[in-house]
Amino acid sequence: MKAKVYVTIKQNVLDPQGNAVQGALHTLGFNEVGKVRIGKYLELELDTNDRAQAEEKLKVMCEKLLANTVVEDYRFELEG
Amino acid sequence: MKFAVLVFPGSNCDIDCYKAVEDTVGQSVDYVFHTATDLSAYDAILVPGGFSYGDYLRCGAIAQFAPVMAEVHKAAEAGKFILGICNGFQILTESGLLPGALIRNNSLKFRCHQVELVVENTNTSFTNAYKQGDVIDIPIAHGEGNYFVDDETLAKLKANNQIVFRYAGDNPNGSVDNIAGVCNEAGNVVGMMPHPERAVKDILGSADGVKMFTSVLNAFLTQAKSGAASSARAN
Repeated sequence: MKAKVYVTIKQNVLDPQGNAVQGALHTLGFNEVGKVRIGKYLELELDTNDRAQAEEKLKVMCEKLLANTVVEDYRFELEG
Repeated sequence: MKFAVLVFPGSNCDIDCYKAVEDTVGQSVDYVFHTATDLSAYDAILVPGGFSYGDYLRCGAIAQFAPVMAEVHKAAEAGKFILGICNGFQILTESGLLPGALIRNNSLKFRCHQVELVVENTNTSFTNAYKQGDVIDIPIAHGEGNYFVDDETLAKLKANNQIVFRYAGDNPNGSVDNIAGVCNEAGNVVGMMPHPERAVKDILGSADGVKMFTSVLNAFLTQAKSGAASSARAN
């Protein structure tokens, strides 16, 4: 089973990288671009077919290591 | 008094910390590898700056699970003196020994220069030799030193007097409330982004970091004296 994990900076936390990219897009003339937020995308291969168990474990992985919940949110999708 | 300087893959301020202890207080100091499983011999633990585990995933995220960190947790609970500097501060926040998180500097620049700090709290193990309100000159070198806590935690930090240092002039990274260093509630665990170990001799540009090391020796001697007094009473 494959998991896709998305880690994003919380909305109330400044994202200087996102702001820099927003500025660059405006410089290129893409003035329709509002806020830009940059996050992380992780692909995990899981050696299990038990979806419920995989979800439970992914939650622990995210809370323990993959996201710092002081400043980041996370979500994940399971495939297969 | 015995100091440990932790060494993770990617630590690069470990030698500076080691030399700073030798040059300031002349106490015994050892490098202790990240795989160590016993810190009982040490009174103070320094978690140095650098890029532990290459800062992969997040600064300090992987180091928090190194075997030695379980011992650091035990040492913190036992009231031993723990100082995290720069990446060491990031490791202490990631491992939950200190509140908050360090995120990218708001300027997106790696900032490497002297800064002035105000000593806000002289009740910690590492700041008792300073006077409240002292302005000290200490260098910074970081790209992710923007200290973040939510409003509720900030109020708690203020109420418990856990803000140890603030940037005096320009805030170099955008950290909340100009915070440069914090401590735990007990005051035995301190974390800071600036590098006091690089400010221990005038030839380095400043010797204002010396008192951090004399402070911890003071704290140790005071603790030893009160320990001796209480064991004498027990007898």
